[in-house]
Amino acid sequence: MQNKNPLPFLVWMLCGCLVLVSLACGRGDRQSQTLTIAGSTSVQPFAEKLAEVYMKQCPGLLINVQGGGSSAGIMAVQQGAAQIGASSRELHGEEKKLHEAVIAWDGIAVIVHPSCPLDNISLTTLRQIFAGEIKDWAALGLKPHGMHVITREEGSGTRTAFEELVMDRREISPTALVQDSNGAVREIVAHDPHAIGYISCGLVDQQVKALAIDGVLPTGANIKKNLYKLTRRFLFVTAQQPAGLAQEFCAFVLSPQGQILLEKEGLIGVH
Amino acid sequence: MLTREKLIEKALLLLALSAIGSLALITIFIFLEGLPIILKTGVSHFIFGAHWAPTKGHFGILAMILSSIYVTLGALIFGVPLALACAIILAEFAPASLTKILKPTIELLAGIPSVVYGFLGVVLLVPLIRSYLGGPGLSLLAAAMILGIMILPTVISISIDAMNAVPALYREGSIALGATQWQTVRKLVLPAARSGIITAIILGMGRAIGETMAVIMVAGNALSIPTSILDSVRTLTANIALELGYASGAHREALFATGIVLFIIIMILNSAATLIAGRK
Repeated sequence: MQNKNPLPFLVWMLCGCLVLVSLACGRGDRQSQTLTIAGSTSVQPFAEKLAEVYMKQCPGLLINVQGGGSSAGIMAVQQGAAQIGASSRELHGEEKKLHEAVIAWDGIAVIVHPSCPLDNISLTTLRQIFAGEIKDWAALGLKPHGMHVITREEGSGTRTAFEELVMDRREISPTALVQDSNGAVREIVAHDPHAIGYISCGLVDQQVKALAIDGVLPTGANIKKNLYKLTRRFLFVTAQQPAGLAQEFCAFVLSPQGQILLEKEGLIGVH
Repeated sequence: MLTREKLIEKALLLLALSAIGSLALITIFIFLEGLPIILKTGVSHFIFGAHWAPTKGHFGILAMILSSIYVTLGALIFGVPLALACAIILAEFAPASLTKILKPTIELLAGIPSVVYGFLGVVLLVPLIRSYLGGPGLSLLAAAMILGIMILPTVISISIDAMNAVPALYREGSIALGATQWQTVRKLVLPAARSGIITAIILGMGRAIGETMAVIMVAGNALSIPTSILDSVRTLTANIALELGYASGAHREALFATGIVLFIIIMILNSAATLIAGRK
């Protein structure tokens, strides 16, 4: 049994490794037909969907959709690392020099359990709840019970937008539960009669109840007319007026086909 | 022939070193990424600060360190008595045929992915806690109970090995002196296997403190220092996994710094286990 020689085995293993490495390096020479979109993780799933459909229409074109957050996407455009930056927040200061195109509107819905008798909430009350000043449903005239406030993790686009639109530079209470996706927040609210949270409007379903803010419900029409207060714009940011591939892709997104696709995924189109 | 022998030896050594090399690389990497922010914030501010708002420049991880410790201690409170009872039965009382079935079954527990434990926790445990004990259900208690189950296979199998290592001669002597089997276990086997059992518990602690997925799912991840077992908590591991996806700049460095703290805690636990196991 001892005379079995392990050397060939080792040689084969090394060869295998080399082949794998060379395969991994083999890509990357299709740069000329590559479009890179980086930025907001709220926009990412929609951008991916759009890219998937567009790539089917234009064979040979490769669209790279990356996350990283709105700020990272805008920075990537400034530095030329991506042709298009996806942003779910407005541009500030220096960033305003960039070219922006609104691709869709999104509302942030404040959700509660369907059995909750509350239908409407004021922006101020909402701020007090998330800042941790109101801790009990009794303060809203309901049966006294501790409130279970649910927020998103630090850095999430939805949370950043919520902070900008609702919190008025105040911090979200550290006692709020933190979940790492819209779906997880919805799941908890759907099963806990005392929970309150916020998710993207496109993801509200019959398991939860969306509240009206200052009397305005988060419906497509209200968001489009900018009556609903928790509305944000999804932007495609480019260095200058878009040209070439970026321009073609933007045109596709804003075309009726692209907009219908976005509405089907739950966003509100710009037209 | 000798040269070929040497060649194989060297090749194997190289492969072995590459395994250790990856550990060294990971260590260097997390320290390079995380240390600057710790030094900038100040070690005591970083470790004893309770305000974590990384996008606004506050980096204090005290709440998470405490949460990790509480959750781990909770897991030991639930897990260790169960595990020891199980180990004693399997090593000392159960007939060999039963042990042959039960031991692999328990080890199967270790093979269940942690996301499955987390899912069961969310679906079964959390609603029970919410309706019978109050609070949001996602809590320190839920995390401790789930982790208590998750550490069972580690603690049980190492404890059984430790008890089996006690020579049969000792037991026979004790029985011959008229001690009952339980007296033998309590006064003789357990003390003799003590270092092995403590090692088992420490390794279980390491498993509990390092667990991420299941804890994120059932602990609620709130940032405050818990004041009751029904409060929601965020552990060190959960903090890294939750926020790394979006983090950039100082925020990212702060998450690596959280990793350094976790790394040091686990190093201390593992060294303690090695020391105790080696002492006998």
